[in-house]
Amino acid sequence: MKKMINNPEAAVEEMLEGMVAAFPGYIKKLENFSVIVRADAPVEGKVALVSGGGSGHEPAHAGFVGKGMLDAGVAGAVFTSPTPDQVFEAIKAVDSGEGVLLIIKNYTGDVMNFEMAKEMAEAEGIKVASVIVNDDVAVENSTYTTGRRGIAGTVFVHKIAGAKAFMGADLSEVKRTAEKVIANVRSMGMALTPCVVPTAGKPTFTLAEDEMEIGMGIHGEPGTKRTKIQPADQVVEHLMDKILGDISLNEGDEVAVMINGLGATPLMEQFIINRKVSQILKEKGIKTHKTYVGEFMTSIEMAGFSITILKLDEELKELLDAPADTPAFKQL
Amino acid sequence: MTIDNKVLLKIIENIAVKVKENKEYLTELDSAIGDGDHGINMDRGFQAVQEKLPALADKDCGTILKTVGITLVSTVGGASGPLYGTAFMRAGGVSANKYELNREDFLEILEAALEGIKMRGKAERGDKTIVDALEPAVLAFRENLQSPNPLLKALEAAREGVDYTKSISAKKGRASYLGDRSIGHQDPGATSCCLMLEALAETLEPQEA
Repeated sequence: MKKMINNPEAAVEEMLEGMVAAFPGYIKKLENFSVIVRADAPVEGKVALVSGGGSGHEPAHAGFVGKGMLDAGVAGAVFTSPTPDQVFEAIKAVDSGEGVLLIIKNYTGDVMNFEMAKEMAEAEGIKVASVIVNDDVAVENSTYTTGRRGIAGTVFVHKIAGAKAFMGADLSEVKRTAEKVIANVRSMGMALTPCVVPTAGKPTFTLAEDEMEIGMGIHGEPGTKRTKIQPADQVVEHLMDKILGDISLNEGDEVAVMINGLGATPLMEQFIINRKVSQILKEKGIKTHKTYVGEFMTSIEMAGFSITILKLDEELKELLDAPADTPAFKQL
Repeated sequence: MTIDNKVLLKIIENIAVKVKENKEYLTELDSAIGDGDHGINMDRGFQAVQEKLPALADKDCGTILKTVGITLVSTVGGASGPLYGTAFMRAGGVSANKYELNREDFLEILEAALEGIKMRGKAERGDKTIVDALEPAVLAFRENLQSPNPLLKALEAAREGVDYTKSISAKKGRASYLGDRSIGHQDPGATSCCLMLEALAETLEPQEA
């Protein structure tokens, strides 16, 4: 393992300390908890948004804490859901009395830990609602599985529900908006290399020099298939086939695009990927309203990327275009 | 079979030791079909539990079990934390203010733990989870309640349940993403549950378990 850290056990804590040191005007850390909240939390009169999950996905989730997005980001151990007491502390720290929306990615552990936190908060009289993001089309949805995973599409939920809350909507309206995003967002990813969890010290899986894994999650869990490496355009075509095959888009429809690097994919490659994505959308007569390229939800130092497509209507467009000011997501 | 609070503490202590001894084994099982941290997470949780035991020396069984549950929930993380945590908290709920547990009490505890896990995990038997070890164990304990040794029957059933998980594909948790590729692998959760029952039986029936 070759990492610029001090002690694997302290990696998450030290990362959070460094983040707060970099953005003191934006965020603060709750004492004794791996929870990042807005520096001005709780924001009076506003529904609060809490998200989180395992660490290793930076800048998610703490990087999206700020005006127009999240009120708190809860950081678990690397690739391990945070515990209910952490989430509960986050809820208490950001609730202004208007209620709290939990944005949860669809993993068994995350769902259970956040649900327990919700029960704890409700027992103290705090209004809490929750939504579960499951945008990854790589995993087939069926009654026999846990269902689709939540990946980079979650960032669009943070952005749009965050804008809705900023505009003063009540908890049920903010939840409805988040659910609308979830219903209209699809993602899929691939990996060229695995990643190393600091406490494990070795890669989560192995890929040969000439292999890639399609349908990769964001924790090194298996994808849908392993093949010989192909040119970028061909890989993008495959991923876009799966994504567009899962959501009904007609000529003239508008979408937002997110190309998300998984940690070790350079911007050069991300733009090459976006070139093909935009060509495919153009050929189909689908209008790209906005494109985001960069690292939003990573998998430590994994080489690979995901494509996210969000189908827009007037409401979602307006909310997506609204300003946001957070450490990792700034929009005028 | 009557257990007082001192014996209950001994059982918890022995579970912690058992988990530690099997840390690598559980992690290995989890690496095959999950994310490879079950042993690490469980050991971290039970180490935290062990630190709390001295302060519980004079407490009732309900308080002991609840403290174990709350500690697991706040230290294990992942899915196992809420599952085992809920199980122990529910078990503590039905044994509140009791300093001695007879067989009937113990059955109630096991049933409450099982119900808690099923509620939290929304899992049924056959999903390749803890339930595949715990449910048959609870049923066997109930059926053999008046026999000389219901606990050994329960352990036997749990071991069969663990074996059974090798033959089925996972329907819950990260292993479910593998679909049929999870067949042939033993479920780490069912295994850790069985190890806990083993520690329980070994504490109470050292010569037979």
